[in-house]
Amino acid sequence: MGTTASQLSKESLSEYQELTFLTKQEILLAHKRFTELLEKHEKDQIDARVPMNKIITLPELKSNPFKERICHVFSTSEQKDGSLTFEDFLDLLSAFSDSATLEIKSHYAFRIFDFDDDGTLDCADLEKLVNCLTGETNDAKLSSTEMKQLISNILEESDIDKDGTVNLSEFQHVISRSPDFVSSFKIVL
Amino acid sequence: MDYNVNICETDIDYENLADGEPAQDFSFNPINEPETSTQNCPEILEMEVFKECTDVQSNRSSSTSDESLDREEISHLQRHGWSAATVKVLASMPSRTAELNKSRRVRYQASSHESPHCSRPVQGASVLADVEEINTEGLNFCAAENNMDQLVSSLQGLSVSEGTRKLRAMPLSLADKIEIRKVAFSLKTESSFIGRNIPCYTHLSMYISTTWRHCLFSCLPVFSSFKLWHSALKTLSGRYGTGVLSYFLFLRTLLFLNLLLFVITGLFLIFPQAIYPPRSSKADFSGIELLTGTGYFSDSLMFYGYYSNGTLHGDQYRMPAAYFFTIGFTLFIICIILVYRLSKSFGKNFQVLKSNENLAVKVFSCWDFKVSKKISVRLQSEKISTQLKEQLSEMIKGEDKKTCMQQLRRLIVHLLAWTACLISIFLGTIGVHYLSENKFNFNFKTILQAHNLPEDTELLVLSAVVSGINLLLPGFFNLCVWAEKYESPGTRVYVSVFRNLLLKVSVIGVLCYHWLKSIPANGLKCWESFVGQELYRLLVMDFIVTVVYTLLGEFLWRVFSQTILQKKRKPVFDIARNVLELIYGQTLTWIGVLFAPLLPAVQLIKLIVLFYMKERSLILNCQASRKPWRATQMTTLFICILWFPSFLGTVVTIIYTVWIIKPSENCGPFRNLTTMFEGGQMSTRHLEDAHPILKWLSWVYDCLVDNPVFLFLASGVFLMVIYFQAQVVDGQRKIVSRLEKQIENEGKDKKFLIAKLQDLCK
Repeated sequence: MGTTASQLSKESLSEYQELTFLTKQEILLAHKRFTELLEKHEKDQIDARVPMNKIITLPELKSNPFKERICHVFSTSEQKDGSLTFEDFLDLLSAFSDSATLEIKSHYAFRIFDFDDDGTLDCADLEKLVNCLTGETNDAKLSSTEMKQLISNILEESDIDKDGTVNLSEFQHVISRSPDFVSSFKIVL
Repeated sequence: MDYNVNICETDIDYENLADGEPAQDFSFNPINEPETSTQNCPEILEMEVFKECTDVQSNRSSSTSDESLDREEISHLQRHGWSAATVKVLASMPSRTAELNKSRRVRYQASSHESPHCSRPVQGASVLADVEEINTEGLNFCAAENNMDQLVSSLQGLSVSEGTRKLRAMPLSLADKIEIRKVAFSLKTESSFIGRNIPCYTHLSMYISTTWRHCLFSCLPVFSSFKLWHSALKTLSGRYGTGVLSYFLFLRTLLFLNLLLFVITGLFLIFPQAIYPPRSSKADFSGIELLTGTGYFSDSLMFYGYYSNGTLHGDQYRMPAAYFFTIGFTLFIICIILVYRLSKSFGKNFQVLKSNENLAVKVFSCWDFKVSKKISVRLQSEKISTQLKEQLSEMIKGEDKKTCMQQLRRLIVHLLAWTACLISIFLGTIGVHYLSENKFNFNFKTILQAHNLPEDTELLVLSAVVSGINLLLPGFFNLCVWAEKYESPGTRVYVSVFRNLLLKVSVIGVLCYHWLKSIPANGLKCWESFVGQELYRLLVMDFIVTVVYTLLGEFLWRVFSQTILQKKRKPVFDIARNVLELIYGQTLTWIGVLFAPLLPAVQLIKLIVLFYMKERSLILNCQASRKPWRATQMTTLFICILWFPSFLGTVVTIIYTVWIIKPSENCGPFRNLTTMFEGGQMSTRHLEDAHPILKWLSWVYDCLVDNPVFLFLASGVFLMVIYFQAQVVDGQRKIVSRLEKQIENEGKDKKFLIAKLQDLCK
C-alpha cells in the first residue's frame, strides 16, 4: 500500500486498477503528474501529501470554480485542509473518469455542492452553488429576487419530502433526468 | 451541548394543524413526572402522541411574543420557517449522516471501540437533553461500525473479482477500500480450491471459467481505451465544451464504420481480385482522373466493371457469390451497429424532442468540468448566467402577451421564410435533375476544347453544381433562421437541421432516380461503373469544396466579421451544418459500396484529412458558443438521422437495384443475368450443392421468412409486447407519483414528531 520512491510497485498498480475506474495508463500518468507536484525530499516518502494550493495549480483544475471543494471532498487529511495523497488523487480521477458509474458521480457531485458539509443542500448551499456557476462578475451575478425565485423553483422541483433541503436521494433523482450529467462530470488528465 | 430551544418555537405546519382544526387536539402525559417516565420515554412518545390535549394550545398562545423574536433570526430564505433546533436535529438524523459516514474513514471509527454503545442510554433525567448528543456522536459511530460490518459480510458472500467490482462502485476512499478488501477476502485466500476436496474435472472447468472472465474483463478496458486522437479531443473539449466535441466524436464513429466497411470489402472482394487481375492494364494515368474517376480508374479495382463473373483460383472462389454476400453482410453489420447505438442513445435520453425547462436539472448538471481554459470557463459561466436570467425573468414577469399585430407579423415572417426555403430547395432539385438529364443541351464540349481541357471535365459539372448547392443553400437557411428570430434556441436548431436535411434528401433522391431509372436505359457500356464514377466524383468534389471553404471561407468570414461588422467575438462553429455534411458524405459512400467497392477507402482518407483541417480552423477562427447546446439530445438526433433517412434510404436503393434492374451485359460479376438477385440465388444453389448441410438452412428460409403467415404472427406478437410495455410504463409513472406523495407525507410526519419531542422536553 502507498507509493514509494518514484515507482509504483506492480501489486499496488494492479490493486489500484481493480479498485478504481482508471486504466493502467491513466494510473501511470496520474502518478507521473502527482510526483511532479511533490517537493524533492517528499518524493521518496510513503503517503506524501500535496497541499491544496499545489493541487489547484493543475491545468485541469486551475480555472474550475469548484476546485477547492473538490480538494476538500477527496481529501482524507485529519486537519481537513484539502491536501491529497496519491490515493486521494486516484479517487478524484476515478470519480471523474469515463467509466465511473452514475451513482458514484452523483454521490461526489452532491458532496462537492454541499458547501457546508452537513449532508444536505440547503438554501445557503444552493446560493453558493449558483454563484459559482454564474461567476463573480457583477453583471453575471443573479440579483436577490432572481436568486430567491431560482432557489424556490429548485426546491419545488427537487424537494420531494418538503423539508426545505435537497438530500442525496432527491439529488440523485434529479440527476437521473439529465442525460448530459455523465458526460459533463468528467476530468481527464 | 445544551439543548437551548425555546419552548415556544414551533413549526408552521404544527401551528396550522392545531389552529385550523381545533377538533383534532393532541395531548401528552404531563411532563411533571420525569423520573418515572425516563426509563421508557421514547416508547411513551410514540404511543402518546395521538392522545388529546388542550394544554399545548394555551401554552403557545401565551408566548407569541417570544415567537416573533425568534422568527426574525430564521433566515429569510428558509422555506417553511423551521426552528433552528429542528433543523439541527434533522441534520443529525441517520438518513443524513449515514451517507457522510460511508465516505469518512471507516478505519478511524472502527478503531475507536471505546465510543458510546449503540443502545440508547436511558438512565437519568436529562435523557432528552442528551438526545441530540447521542444523535450526533453515538449514532455516527454506530452507523459507521454497522456499515463496515455489513459491507464486509456482504462482500464475503461473493467471489473475489465480483466483490472487487462491487467495492469499486462504492463511494469510499481508496484507502478504505483496500482495507475492507483485505478484511473481507483474507479468509477466501486461505481456502483456495486446490486444497478442497473437489474432483479433477470441476477443477478444469473452474479454471477455464475464471481465466475466461479474467480475460474478458481485462480486454474490455483495452477496447474502451482505444483512443484515437485522444489529446486533440481533450484540448478541443477544454476550449469549446461538449457540443463541439460531439461533432468530432461523430466523425470518429463514422471513421470506424468506414474502416470496418473497408476491411470487409478489402478482404473478400478487393484482395482476391487484386491477386488475379482479369486483364492487363489499360490507359495512362493523367491527373484529372483523381477528380473524374474515368480513364485509368475506370477499369480498375475501384469500380464494379473490373470484377470478374467467374471463379478465381481454379474453381474455389466464386466472384459473383462473394460480391453479393459481402455487400449484404456489410450492410447487415452496419444495420446492427447503428441499431445498437441508436437504442443506447435513446436509452440514455428518452426525451429527445422535449425541451428541458427544468431549472433544478439545469443548475445541477450544466457545469461542464472538462472545460479548462480560463476564457472558456468564463464563457461557460456567462452562458449559464444568461440562460438562468432569461428563464427567471420570464417567470418573474410572466409571459409577454403579444398583441394581435405582433402575432400576425411573426406568422407572416415565418411563412415567408419557409416559402423561401422550400422554393430554393425545389429550384436546386430541379436544376440538378435537368442537368443530369442534360436537358439544358449545353454544349460543354466546345467550351472545353476552347480552353484545351480534357473532355472528361464535362463530367465534373454535375458534381460541382451539387456541391455548390450544398454550400450556398445552408448559408441561406441560416439567414432565414436569423431573420425569423425564434424564441427558444432549441426550436432554432431543429428548424435549421430540418431544412438542411430536406435539401440533402431531395438532392440525393433526384440523383438516385436519375441513376436507377435513366442510366440503365441509356445503353452505356457499363452503367454500374458509370454510377460508381458519378458517386466518386460527388464525394471528391464535396471534399474539395469543404477544404476550400474551411481554409478560406471560415478565415475570410472571421476577418469580415471582426473588421467590417465590428463584432468583438469570433464566429461560432456551426455544429448542425457540419454534422449533416458528414451524414451526406456517408450516405453517398453507402450507396456507392455496391458500385465502387473502394469508395469507403476514399471516404476514410477524406474523414482523416477533414478532422485535422476542422480542428485547425476551429482553433484559428472560432470560439466557444454562448448559446446552450444539448449535446446528448443532439447526438441522439444525429444518430437517428444517420439511421432513418440515410441508412434506410441506402438499403432501399440497393435492394431496388439488386432486385429489379438488369445488370449490364459486358462487365461486372453479374453480367448476363436478369437481376443481381438472381446471381445471389444461383450462388446459394451452388453452395447447397457443394455442402448439403446448408440445404436445411434454405428450407428454414423458405418456410419461415418467405411465409406470410409467419410474418403476420411475428408482427402480432411484436405489437402485443409493445402494448404491454406501454402499459407497464404507464403504471410505473402512477406509482412514482404516489410514492412522491408518500415521501412528502412522511416528511410532514417527521417534522411533526420532532416538534412533539421538543415540546416534551420542556
